[in-house]
Amino acid sequence: MLKQLFKLFSSLKLTVVCLVLGCVIVFWGTIAQVHLGLFKAQNEFFRSFFVYWTPPGSGFHVPIFPGGYFIGTVLLINLFVAHFRYYQPGKRKIGIMLIHLGIVLLLLGQMLTDFLSRESSLHLRIGETKNYTEADRAFELAVLDTTDKDADKIVAIPCSLLVRRGEVGDPEMPFRVRLKIFYPNSLLAQQSQPGYKPVKPTAGLGSGIWWREEPRETEMNRMDMPSALVEIVAPQGSLGSFLVSAWLDRPQAFSFDNHAYELLLRQERYYLPFSIHLIEFRHDKYPGTDIPKNFSSRVRLQNLENREDREVRIFMNNPLRYAGETFYQASFDPDDHGSVLQVVHNPSWLTPYLSCVLVAIGLTIQFLSHLIPFLKRRMAK
Amino acid sequence: MKKWIPLILVVVMAGWILSSLRQPPETGFHARDFGKLPILMNGRFQPFDSVARNSLLQIRTKQTVPIEENEKSRTLTATDWLLEAMMKPEQADDRKIFRIDNNEVTELLKLPDNQKFYSFNQLRPQVDEIEKQVRRIEPLDSSKRTVFESQLMKLDEVMNLYQRLGISLKPPGSDDFAAELDAYQKSIPSGIAAVNAREAGQKFDQEAFNTLLGFMGNYNTVASFALPLTIPPADIHLPRDDWQNIGTNLMQTARTGELNPAVKFYAKMVTAYRSDQPADFNQAVAGYRFWLVGRFTPQLRKADQEYFFSTLEPFYKAIVIYVLALVLALFSWFNLSDWLRRSAFYLIMLAWVIHTFGLVFRMYLEGRPPVTNLYSSAIFIGWGAVILGMVLEKIYRDGIGCVVAGSAGFVTLIIAHNLALSGDTMEMMRAVLDTNFWLATHVVAVTLGYASTFVAGFLAIIYILRGLFTTTLMAETAKSLARMVYGIVCFATLFSFVGTVLGGIWADQSWGRFWGWDPKENGALLIVLWNATILHARWGGLVRERGLMNLAVIGNIVTSFSWFGVNMLGIGLHSYGFMDAAFKWLMLFIGSQVAIILLGLLPQKLWRSFQARPAA
Repeated sequence: MLKQLFKLFSSLKLTVVCLVLGCVIVFWGTIAQVHLGLFKAQNEFFRSFFVYWTPPGSGFHVPIFPGGYFIGTVLLINLFVAHFRYYQPGKRKIGIMLIHLGIVLLLLGQMLTDFLSRESSLHLRIGETKNYTEADRAFELAVLDTTDKDADKIVAIPCSLLVRRGEVGDPEMPFRVRLKIFYPNSLLAQQSQPGYKPVKPTAGLGSGIWWREEPRETEMNRMDMPSALVEIVAPQGSLGSFLVSAWLDRPQAFSFDNHAYELLLRQERYYLPFSIHLIEFRHDKYPGTDIPKNFSSRVRLQNLENREDREVRIFMNNPLRYAGETFYQASFDPDDHGSVLQVVHNPSWLTPYLSCVLVAIGLTIQFLSHLIPFLKRRMAK
Repeated sequence: MKKWIPLILVVVMAGWILSSLRQPPETGFHARDFGKLPILMNGRFQPFDSVARNSLLQIRTKQTVPIEENEKSRTLTATDWLLEAMMKPEQADDRKIFRIDNNEVTELLKLPDNQKFYSFNQLRPQVDEIEKQVRRIEPLDSSKRTVFESQLMKLDEVMNLYQRLGISLKPPGSDDFAAELDAYQKSIPSGIAAVNAREAGQKFDQEAFNTLLGFMGNYNTVASFALPLTIPPADIHLPRDDWQNIGTNLMQTARTGELNPAVKFYAKMVTAYRSDQPADFNQAVAGYRFWLVGRFTPQLRKADQEYFFSTLEPFYKAIVIYVLALVLALFSWFNLSDWLRRSAFYLIMLAWVIHTFGLVFRMYLEGRPPVTNLYSSAIFIGWGAVILGMVLEKIYRDGIGCVVAGSAGFVTLIIAHNLALSGDTMEMMRAVLDTNFWLATHVVAVTLGYASTFVAGFLAIIYILRGLFTTTLMAETAKSLARMVYGIVCFATLFSFVGTVLGGIWADQSWGRFWGWDPKENGALLIVLWNATILHARWGGLVRERGLMNLAVIGNIVTSFSWFGVNMLGIGLHSYGFMDAAFKWLMLFIGSQVAIILLGLLPQKLWRSFQARPAA
C-alpha cells in the first residue's frame, strides 16, 4: 500500500497530469476574468482547492475541477517524493536539483505570500502627514471618544467581526454595538428612486436618506462602498440606531455618560510606527502629448523611535522599502495635488528573486550538459 | 556554374537593397528635403516623412497614394501627400485615401460600394451623421463594440487626424500665408493698443481691434487642433524640447510682437507651394534647415537618421529575401540539390543581416532595448527564430533550418507590418514601462521564449506534413527533427521561465505584487507550464516521436494565445487594446494548428513516409 502510494506520488505521470491540469486552470481562469473580473476569478480558480459549479437555480456548490492550491500542493508533494525515488548522487543531476529546488521555493513563497501579505494604500494630499495606511477592501466601524479635545480614544471594530458576531463590545466602550442591517456594497440617495428603500435610523443624521444594496464589486480597481444601520446598546437600554456609510464623510455624533462620541464607517486602518509626509507630487508628460512620462512623490519619512528624519523620492519602478513595508507609486488625484501609494507588507517578497536565480542556473546547466556533448559528437562526424 | 549561383544571388539581392539608397535628384518641389525636417510629435522628434508615412498607414493602410492625372497615373509618396494635405488641403480633399472595408459603414454614409478608398469630399456631407454615431459609441467599452462600431470609430479617428494635419502648417482659409503673416505682425501694435484701451474703458480703434481678434480667433483654432509641434523655441535659453504648434506660437507672437523665424520659413513654403513656385519653396526649405543647424543639430540629425531608416525599408527588403530563400529551401527538399539549399542559407544570412540592421537601428533611434511594444515584439521574435533556424541548418545541413528561418522571418515581419497600421511604432513608453533594465531583461527573455516555442512547433509541423504527405521523412530526418524539437523546447523552457519570473519581479518592483494572475502573466505562465509538460511527458516515456510533435504543435496555440489572445480579452494591466482583424487571424491560426494535430494523430499506416519503412 505504502509502496504504491510512494510510486504514485513520485511518478512522472503525476507530474504531467498536474502540469496539464495547471495549464487548463490557468487558461480557464484567464478567460473567466472577462465575466468575473480579476479579483473574483483569482479567488475562484487560483486561490482555492476546488473550482465549484452552482447548477442554475440551486444553492449547491459542486466541486468540478481542482483549483490552484490543490494542483500546487500535489505538484509540491510530487516534486518532493520524486527526489527520493530518482535521486542519484553526483554531478549529473545537479541541474535538475537546482531547478526543482527553485520551483519548490517559488511555490512555497507564493503560498506564504497569499497568507501573510497585506496590501493597503496611503492617500496623501500635498502637505498632509499620515501614520497609517488604509485597507483596499476591508472596512471598520470606528467609535471615537472625542471628549478630550487633545487625544481621541478610538475603538475600531472590523466590519467582518461585526458581521460575524452581530454584536460587539469592548472594555474601552461603556456600551455595545449591534449590527441591524449591513450592505457590503451600497448606494445612497437623498430622495426616493426606483429600487431604493428609506433608511430608518432612530438617531443621528440620516432620516430622509434612501439606500440600496449593490452587488459586490469584482473589478480590481474599484471598491465596495458598504453602509450599515448600527444600534448602540448601553446597559440602561438602546441609545438609538445610526446610519453609518462609507459614502458619508461626516461622523454620527452622540453623547453618553458625559462623554462625546462619534461613529464612522471607514476603510480599515493599519498603523505604522513612523509617519509619511507628502512634500511634492510630480506628474510629467511627454511634450505635446498626454502620455505619462513619470509619476513621483517626494515624501518625508519620520520615525520618532530612532529619530530618523529624511526625504525620499518614490517613483515608478522605484519603491521605498522601510520597516517591512514597501511603498509604491500607484496613483494620483485628478488635480495632481495628491498621491496614492500602494503599501505592501510581504515577508516572503525575496523568494521569487532567489528562485529565479536557482532555476536559471539549473536550466542553463541542464541545457548545456546536453548541448555541448551533442555538438561535440556532431562536429566529430 | 552551380557553385557560383548562391554567391551571385546574394550579390544581386544586396545590390537591390543598396540601390534604394541612391535616389535620383529631385526636380520641382524638393519634397524629400522637406520630409527630412524635424518636428515633435507623439512625444518624440521625428521627420515630417515619418508623420506622413504613419498617418497614411493609418488612413490608407499604404505608404503611398496612386493618382490619375491627365490620363496618366502616378504615385504620390507619403511626403508628397502630406505636403499637399498640409499646404493645399482643398486639393488633397479630393484624393481617395480613406479606406473603408465595412459595408455597413459605406451604407450608413451613402457611399458608392464599388470602391475601397474614398475622398474627404465624399465623406464631408456625412460628417454630422458620423458625429452622431460616434457620440453614441464612444462611451461603450471598446471590447464590447461591434465590427461596424469599431470601424466607424476608426474612420472618425483617421478623419480627425487628416483634418488636424490640414491645419498644422497653415491656418484654415489662408491663401497667401506669408502675406497674411506680414499683415498680422503689422496689426499687432495698434490691435494691442485698442484692446488695452477697451479694457480701460477708453475710446478705442474698433477696426484695429477687430482685425487683431480676427487673426487671433483663427490662430486659436490652430493652437487647439494642429497636431505636430513644428515650431522650435527661438530663445536659446528655453529647453530644447519646448516646441509649439504653429497656432500656439502665433498666439504668443501677439504678446511679444516677434515672429518666430521658423514660422516665417514655413509661411514662405506654404505660399510658394500654393502659388506653384518650386524655386521659392526649395529656398525656404534650405533656409530653414540652415537656420536649424547649430541651434537644433541633434534634432536634425535624428530626423535625418529616421528618414534614412524609412527610405531603406530594411524589414520590407528582409521579407522579400526571406520568401525567396524559403522557396529555394522548399525546392531543395524535393530535388535534394545542395546548391539550392546553400543559396537559401546564404540568402537567409543576408536577410538576417538587414533584419538585424533594422532592429539595431530602431533601438538606436529609440534609445531602447529591442522590444517596446507588440510591433517590435514581432520583429524580435522573427529575429530570434531566424537565428535558431540558421543554427539548426548549420548543424544538420538538411534544409529544414532554412525553411524554419525563412518562414519565421517572413511571417513575423508580415505580422509586424500589419501591426504598424495602428500608428507610430516608436511611441514613447508610459511611465510604468519606462525602464530599460526590465525591458532589456524580462521582455527580451519572454520574447525569446515565444520565438523558440514557435520554432519547436514549426519543426513539428514540418515533421507531420512531410511524414504524412511525402516520402521524404527518412528515419534519419525524423530522428534529427525529434532531437531538434526536444532541444529547442529545453531552450524555450529556459527563456520562458526566466522571462516570466523576471516579469513577476518587475511587477513586484513597480506595484508590489509578484504575481497578480493578470492575463498577460497567465499567458507567459502557460508557455512555461506547457513546455515543462512536453519535457516531463518525454522523460516519463508518455510520448514518443509523434506524440512529441503533436505536443509541440499545441505549443504554437499556447504561444499565439499568450502573444495575441490575451490582448483581446480587453482586461488586465498589460492590455494593448482590442484588435478585431487580428482576432480573425488568431482564430484561423489556431484552427490550422488543430487541423495539423488531427493529421498528426492519423494512424501510421496512412503516413506516406512510414509506408516506405518500418514504423518508428
